[in-house]
Amino acid sequence: MLDTQDIENAKSMSIIVTKGSLDWAYPPFILGTTAAAMDVDVTMFFTFYGLPLLKKDLNLKFTPLGNAAMEMPMMGGHMAMPNIVGMLPGVGAAAGTMMKNLIKKKGVASIEELREAAVESDVKMIGCQMTLDLFEYKAEDMIDEMEIGGAATYMEKALKSDVNLFI
Amino acid sequence: MADQVLNAEGLNCPLPILRAKKAIKGMSAGEVLEVRSTDPGSVADFAAFCKQTGNDLLSSTSEGDIYKFEIKVS
Repeated sequence: MLDTQDIENAKSMSIIVTKGSLDWAYPPFILGTTAAAMDVDVTMFFTFYGLPLLKKDLNLKFTPLGNAAMEMPMMGGHMAMPNIVGMLPGVGAAAGTMMKNLIKKKGVASIEELREAAVESDVKMIGCQMTLDLFEYKAEDMIDEMEIGGAATYMEKALKSDVNLFI
Repeated sequence: MADQVLNAEGLNCPLPILRAKKAIKGMSAGEVLEVRSTDPGSVADFAAFCKQTGNDLLSSTSEGDIYKFEIKVS
């Protein structure tokens, strides 16, 4: 039902996704899916540590290490975690489990759910060819909706986009 | 009365918007979607969503902890 005026007014956004931990996976997928719901044409370019977010089987990890601003709600207050505690065996995994429980409890979407929404709303997801080579990922281990491209593919989209984000 | 009701209670950002968009896609122009949410952020979000997508936000009200939006599909 698009008329010419709608096409002229159509907005577009690109996001470079460079981080693939459980926490950092949220901003690009939340903005990408929401923009698509608002009729924005969205392209997400997955590079370096963002690329594993396109793997068929997601097993996202979380670490409190080096994250000085992270405070977990705890018994009515907040608890930060000193790096030396975060380094202890099992603490990272426990923090990840805690984070996933919190996500579920607060009605926050899972990354799997948001990625599915991105696929359904025709968000273009480009996997960086150089990163595939560098870290020896196989295209067949990634979701079928992944297109492959490089910096020039991204730039072509970015130059035409109203919003370009690097996350 | 609304033609369709979407219960987005307990869902957090951006799920109420994503579910609403999905519901709207399956509706015809002129029909009204009622969304019920518990996310306080959805008040500003549904206003922005409707403004951007051209759907008409007929009402935005709250009863206790529930926020209610009526959206006329354009």
